[in-house]
Amino acid sequence: MGSYDRLATPLRKTQTTSGPAAAPPQLCRFARSALRVAFCALRFARCALRFRPFPSARHLNSIGRLSGSILAVGLALGLLPALAAPRSPFSPASPQAASIADLFWFTLIAAGLIFLGVEGTILYSAFAHRERPGREASQFHGNTRVEIIWTALPALLLLVVFYLTVRTMHDISAPPGDPVEINVVGHQWWWEFSYPKEDVTTANELHVPVGEPILLHVTSADVIHSFWVPQLAGKQDANPGHVNDITFTVSAPGTYLGQCAEFCGIEHTWMAIRVVAEPPAQYAAWVKAQQQPASRPTSNLAILGETIFQSQTCGSCHAIAGTSANGVAGPSLTHVGSRATIGAGVLDNTPANMERWLLNPQDVKPGVLMPNSKLTPNDAKALAAYMESLR
Amino acid sequence: MAEQTRGYVPTYPTITAPTGLWRWVATVDHKDIGVLYIVTTLVFFLIGGLEAMFIRLQLIAPNAKVLDPETYDEFFTMHGTTMVFLTVMPLLIGFANYLVPLMIGARDMAFPRLNAMSYWLLLFGGLLLYFSFLAGQAPNGMWFMYVPQTLPPYTTGPGPNYWAAGLLVTSVGTIAASINLTVTILLLRAPGMAITRLPLFVWTVLVNSFLILWALPPLAAAMVMMLLDRLVGTHFFDVSAGGNVLLYEHLFWFLGHPEVYILILPVFGMVSETIPVFARKPIFGYTFIAASTVAIAFLAMSVWAHHMFTSGMGLTEDTFFSAASMLIAIPTGVKVFNWVATMWRGAIRWTSSMLFSIGFIGEFIIGGLTGPMLATVPVDWQVHDSYFIVAHLHYVFFGGSVMGIFAAAYYWYPKITGRLMSENLGKWHFWLTIVGLNLTFFPMHLNGLLGMPRHVYTYPNLPGLAELNFWETIGAFILATAVVVFVWNVVASVRFGRIAGNDPWDAWTLEWATASPPPPYNFASIPPVRSRRPLWDLKHPENPDPR
Repeated sequence: MGSYDRLATPLRKTQTTSGPAAAPPQLCRFARSALRVAFCALRFARCALRFRPFPSARHLNSIGRLSGSILAVGLALGLLPALAAPRSPFSPASPQAASIADLFWFTLIAAGLIFLGVEGTILYSAFAHRERPGREASQFHGNTRVEIIWTALPALLLLVVFYLTVRTMHDISAPPGDPVEINVVGHQWWWEFSYPKEDVTTANELHVPVGEPILLHVTSADVIHSFWVPQLAGKQDANPGHVNDITFTVSAPGTYLGQCAEFCGIEHTWMAIRVVAEPPAQYAAWVKAQQQPASRPTSNLAILGETIFQSQTCGSCHAIAGTSANGVAGPSLTHVGSRATIGAGVLDNTPANMERWLLNPQDVKPGVLMPNSKLTPNDAKALAAYMESLR
Repeated sequence: MAEQTRGYVPTYPTITAPTGLWRWVATVDHKDIGVLYIVTTLVFFLIGGLEAMFIRLQLIAPNAKVLDPETYDEFFTMHGTTMVFLTVMPLLIGFANYLVPLMIGARDMAFPRLNAMSYWLLLFGGLLLYFSFLAGQAPNGMWFMYVPQTLPPYTTGPGPNYWAAGLLVTSVGTIAASINLTVTILLLRAPGMAITRLPLFVWTVLVNSFLILWALPPLAAAMVMMLLDRLVGTHFFDVSAGGNVLLYEHLFWFLGHPEVYILILPVFGMVSETIPVFARKPIFGYTFIAASTVAIAFLAMSVWAHHMFTSGMGLTEDTFFSAASMLIAIPTGVKVFNWVATMWRGAIRWTSSMLFSIGFIGEFIIGGLTGPMLATVPVDWQVHDSYFIVAHLHYVFFGGSVMGIFAAAYYWYPKITGRLMSENLGKWHFWLTIVGLNLTFFPMHLNGLLGMPRHVYTYPNLPGLAELNFWETIGAFILATAVVVFVWNVVASVRFGRIAGNDPWDAWTLEWATASPPPPYNFASIPPVRSRRPLWDLKHPENPDPR
């Protein structure tokens, strides 16, 4: 304590002599803590090197407590704004996601209250029942009545949570009447969306009408993936050989982001989902546009690009309706120009990015199954122009 | 020496004790084997931690390029596998190896040679696993190694073979160790050490050994099936040939969930030893703590499929596993309440060991409270496989298991080495751990709630993600600093620590009745056991423990 006092005394003096102009006491306290930290660190380094006992280990505990509480407040403040962000299950955009969010809030608040109670009791006993001269620990062994109470109360709370769980899971899984049905197939590392009634196939960007029930049949063409768009519904795995259903009704137009949630190989990271929810009329227009075969290129560059596409092996993996390209290993390119991203979210869909992607996909998305076709920069530019013309 | 060993009936042929390095190779002494276990797992802990540091560096900013995706997946897989199978599980077995015979007043384990075999299988299994880095591909399918991702054509390299073969080897050792511990506890207890007087650490080890015997063989089966699919061309998991990928998920989690309890039950036992000693009180509700351990073990066998709520099992199965998973919160809660009640009206000594024990309760309940939230099926549909789970599991593994193991390390180190660890370094270690742990793992809840899935090598620059990940990486480095302080403390205290004496904590269980470190035969004569606190009875003959 002695050396600490020597440091602290001058500070106190400054505070008393400088009258009303003195720094606020909090500031002084803060400065003192800072000094104390620096001082302890110095002493610590010296003692640690010589492996000597450290005289003011007591101070360490107070510094630790201080930084611990600053951290706790910081983390709590960080919590709130984060929850309203896009891609959060706490900003739901469908009744299904909204019921999950309600249930989530309920469990979160219940858990938070228990947390405060238990944590408070721990800290209280740790401080209030510290060893002091003259304090004898009571030698009691247990109390059956107390044990029964703290077994029964959590059991009752869990019973309520369980009831809400079962009710919610049945509510949000109920199959809707006359839904828009879409087959979702996970591939390494992109999503195939096909609308069997409308005879439309697209990739990575799912268009749905607002206000109508949607039913997704989710499966996989290779390994296990998981379809997750937090604002619309909980996730379901895409298992090879199984079909899992997801149902939701989007309540507001907008773009909702999601991502594959089950590790599915080297590019699991770039297997994003964009759900574009539009009013029914706009959706119908989109369907109509998608049903058309690919538009013919008009600019010279794009026409050159089409020739390159036909001369390369592109068509054995990709399909472009209305041409001889009919591959199914990669995403359909019939309307690739109308999609917002390239490579399942890795790049925004701009001509420059498309060119970069075509020049060497392995550079943009290492491990992607699309090989490097070793195009010349001019060929890549032309091919990119053709891709962008496919709207 | 001669008169001290009188009355000692050897359970194995007496050999001239070798010295130097050869001693550690030839040893069949449970204490030496315990030390081998602890040192080996500490090394694996540092390797696994180093892998975690690389993971956090890669995630420090969106689209960072510290590791290429392939290496990142390998480090990620090896981090999880190392921490679960090569660190925490064998570390707890190591502690059990060292302490159980001492705590029950036995001379050694029931099968000393089997004991040595268990250890060497762990070491060589671990080396086999790590050899994969030299063989061209480390396992890269994450610690659960789901099929078909780990089968050809999706993974053609040798990584999964090393994973399955390495873990098969360690599993055999773990199963042998569990049999050994079970037999030791059931048959070699000192006179008077009734099963109702076992120290709680021994109780949890006993229950844990049964749990390992129950859960590990199905994993071994899954690994054999995976090896056959990969090497022989069988079709257990090949969908196109009628195989089923969900079969693997079931087999894996049939181990995977009990494993979580395998990693925490002995830690529950450890803090049930440290908290009473440092609160200077008998444990509150001994019977309830022991009984809740058994309850957790039983329930642990019927909760595995809560890892599969999103796999499409169907609502009926989901309901069952949801109920079972929520139930398990009750006995766990009972334990927490009993520890807090043990501290209540005690005279608590703020030693490093006690700080870690208190920290253990405080951090573990964060993971404990998110647990029932994840058992809430619709909530799980949202946060499953997101960073929310990463936060949850690290609060249980690090905030729970590792914090408790730190408490145990400070507590039993003087028994093992004869010297105390530095309390000052211990306090630095504790507070750095608390700050680092919460700064690393608490924001991960938010990552998950912002839609960030697990196992991604980078993330798009969406609002919040960059800031959260940056601070998590800072936290991880604070945590690493804490571990460095701890390791320095462990290493330096062997030479510079204060001499401990037999019983530095004024504790009550039998291991403190013998020298530190204990002689090869453990006890010259075993103190009488008439209650749960035999040494309390010796020290307070006027007021013996009633139970």
